[in-house]
Amino acid sequence: MSMTETATLPAPAIATRRPGFFARMRYLEPSTLLWILLVAVLLFLVAVPIGKLLIVSFEKQGTGGFTLSNYFTAYGRARYLEALGNSLILGTGAAALASVFAVPMAWAVSRTDMPGKGLSWAMVIGAFIMPPYLGAIGWILLAGPNSGFLNLAWRWVTGSSEPLVNVYSFAGLILVIALHSFPLIFIFVKSALDLISSEMEDAANILGAGTWKATLKVTLPLVWPSILGGIVVVFLETIALFGTPAIIGIPARINVVTTQLWQFFEYPVRVEVAAAYAMPLLLITMLIIGGQKRLLARKGYVSQTGKGGERREIRLGVWRWPIFAYCVLVSLLAVIMPVAVLLQASFARAWGNGLSWSNLTLDNYTYLLFRHEMALTSIWNTLWYSATAASAAVVIAVLVAYIVARKLVPFGSALGFLAMAPFVIPGIVMAIGFYAAYAPPPLALYGTALIIIFAFTARFLPIAFANASAAVRAVHPEMEEASRILGGGRLFTVRRITAPLILRSIIGGWLIVFIVASRELSSAVFLVGPRTRTMAVLLYDLSEAGNFEVLSAFGGLLLAITLVLVAIGMKLAGRDFMLRRN
Amino acid sequence: MPRLLLSGLSKSYGPLKVVDDVNLTLEEGEFVSLLGPSGCGKTTTLRMIAGFIEPTAGTISINGQVLSAPGAVLPPERRRMSMIFQSYAIWPNMTVAENVAFGLKLQKLPTAEVRTRTNRILDVVHLGHLADRYPAELSGGQQQRVALARAIVVQPTVLLLDEPLSNLDANLREEMRFEIRRLHDEFRFTTVYVTHDQAEAMATADRIAVMNAGRIEQVDAPHVIYTRPRTRFVAAFIGRTNLIEGKLSEDEVGLDGFALKLGQIGGAPADMTQPILLSMRPQAMALHRGQPAQRDGYPLLPATISQRTYLGESWDYVVRPAESGLSLRVSAPPLQVHEVGEAVWLEIDPRQIAVVN
Repeated sequence: MSMTETATLPAPAIATRRPGFFARMRYLEPSTLLWILLVAVLLFLVAVPIGKLLIVSFEKQGTGGFTLSNYFTAYGRARYLEALGNSLILGTGAAALASVFAVPMAWAVSRTDMPGKGLSWAMVIGAFIMPPYLGAIGWILLAGPNSGFLNLAWRWVTGSSEPLVNVYSFAGLILVIALHSFPLIFIFVKSALDLISSEMEDAANILGAGTWKATLKVTLPLVWPSILGGIVVVFLETIALFGTPAIIGIPARINVVTTQLWQFFEYPVRVEVAAAYAMPLLLITMLIIGGQKRLLARKGYVSQTGKGGERREIRLGVWRWPIFAYCVLVSLLAVIMPVAVLLQASFARAWGNGLSWSNLTLDNYTYLLFRHEMALTSIWNTLWYSATAASAAVVIAVLVAYIVARKLVPFGSALGFLAMAPFVIPGIVMAIGFYAAYAPPPLALYGTALIIIFAFTARFLPIAFANASAAVRAVHPEMEEASRILGGGRLFTVRRITAPLILRSIIGGWLIVFIVASRELSSAVFLVGPRTRTMAVLLYDLSEAGNFEVLSAFGGLLLAITLVLVAIGMKLAGRDFMLRRN
Repeated sequence: MPRLLLSGLSKSYGPLKVVDDVNLTLEEGEFVSLLGPSGCGKTTTLRMIAGFIEPTAGTISINGQVLSAPGAVLPPERRRMSMIFQSYAIWPNMTVAENVAFGLKLQKLPTAEVRTRTNRILDVVHLGHLADRYPAELSGGQQQRVALARAIVVQPTVLLLDEPLSNLDANLREEMRFEIRRLHDEFRFTTVYVTHDQAEAMATADRIAVMNAGRIEQVDAPHVIYTRPRTRFVAAFIGRTNLIEGKLSEDEVGLDGFALKLGQIGGAPADMTQPILLSMRPQAMALHRGQPAQRDGYPLLPATISQRTYLGESWDYVVRPAESGLSLRVSAPPLQVHEVGEAVWLEIDPRQIAVVN
């Protein structure tokens, strides 16, 4: 072979004149067909349920005629209005308290020489991956007014007959929610702080500001958008949260929007009223996220630019220890204490009797695994619903992300919009939409696995899409063009070049969806039937029954399964795979 | 028959004409550089040749066969071309050898031949010892060589390069210029090279096509482009120059304070009735301390130095001829030092002056 000889041209070159329809079809990419298919899928998963929710809220029960009476019913009683107010107060309180927990910790871990930074980081991840309702159960065991451990200890030390703390109160509810939601603010703020160069602080120092002044006047204001962003997310998550308000709020007679929605679903189911009652939740979420997007689009923030610059740890001196103590305290409250009491109760004959050999038993676990009629089924249900939903969400997300990023079709961004839309729809609202759209005939999916899988797919599509979109955008289009010019067709190129390059992040995205779906309660609770209960729903059933030993054991199982999944994820997709924010 | 022919090639996005009626012919084995400022349409032209973009008018053909026409574009994978990208586009999940062998495997060549050809080309670009490395373990220059090897190992009908050196630092860029020219001298692929860097185009290309606002302004050998720029844009974009207006009268061009014989300067005015524009390179003039002997047709003017800049390789003087409103940039060797305000004699070489249209 000689390198100087010229290659021969491929035989079929094409004619100059405009070719006919069939000739053009040969070069038509299959993307147009795929686009139509994806539009249909996204309409089914996103647009129809939300549209149906709107329509149903104006329908007469039974006849389907137009009426405004659902709205009069939903907002016609003081109790219902009070629940709305409670939700707003709860969201504000939890967000404020969560930022008190999160911001100092994020600052200490990101910018100082505090000891035990790895430990604090691990505790935040622990609080992040722990299903919220487990924390709630742990805190019932800790701070129940009669037999909570903290109150028992308090009475024993002081001889008082009054409890120290009562979890069944508004303050208790705020505390428990803040303790499981503060990691969101922590992650936002820490990643912003990680981007600030020490030169910002040096510039303040050289002008005469000390460490504290520089931190308060320069560093924190720079990350203010991230703090605010975290607070907004916690607020929105809290007003849409079902588990903790149901487990703690209902016994405490504190009614919020989500628990009120749940009551509309008790027999007789009043889905029309529930739909009308869900509107404020939907509107608040859409308005806040829309407003935030506007705000961020207008200004450029330092915290969002990745420009380097040197970063040095701030030397705290003796202040290292009080700040470390604060991080330990938050860790104790958020993770160590609730998990410890939960595990203790799960291995106890009677949880109030404390740690002793005579009180130790495996019976709670063996009961669940071998004698309980639903426990194993619910575990199996959870795993396969979540796996199917995660797979569906990831496949849809990758296809949409690819089409949008490579501009394969006109109006591709409409697909991206639909895929991201569930982001502004609270899970509980989406569940009601799915119930309204697909529970009645013609599809009659109520009580089937399908309706849960569809709802999970739709609900977590934005997570999968954000992930897939980042992965696809990280692959330079020239990577694909280099393959095509060397003779690889589009599909060949996607298979051989693009797929291997995005595989790792896609696996990470699949696992995130799988994990959040496996612990999802607020949308599942509206859609499960007697045989399609998931672990989260069964756990909620058990909490209503009030047998705390069995409940704790089931919580222990759920925690163990979550930990195994997270460990697999860290192995496959990197340590921080759940924390990447796109 | 020309190897590659672009005829009437145009590309519009809505009302925006990115490429406007480009005509270009490349002979077998020729190396042509598309040179122009960013946004002039050179990359769009290259990507149309590759088949990534469909033209809105005109055709692209190879050996007489049309590859691209509006509504009918042979996809890139069936053109047997190859391309070197600005980002290199080296696949990070494949070793150097796998990257290079990719195109050969697509041609379904026997494994043994793939291996010999891969190894031979890696030796040619001095990467033989790095065949099993991953791209992340290579320097920028080495990645560039991988991209080169991957593109030439398949013996393309046309080799396309899209600003391949713009991500390298200055020294490496100069080295790779010669490397690209060396490889071309060795393999003689028909090559289109897009760049905005005139030094790169001069060092590598047989001919340079200067593009501006979607159109090709001039196609010529590098030294012709420099000494005989035909348009104002080419004269100003390539190197430094003095653009001076002159008036035509019979066989002379009258300038502010002196005149030049039409027969002695390069190029011919398109329209004898209009004022014309002349490009005088800084090297077209010389400075003398004392009055030199008058040469026929070489205007000699008393002048004053009004500014000076030392550039290392030369002095850059701004000179004002007496009895003239002109202000001319003149280049002089490093040892020829004049002070600002000094009186000098300015001698003009008419052969290095070109008429610009």
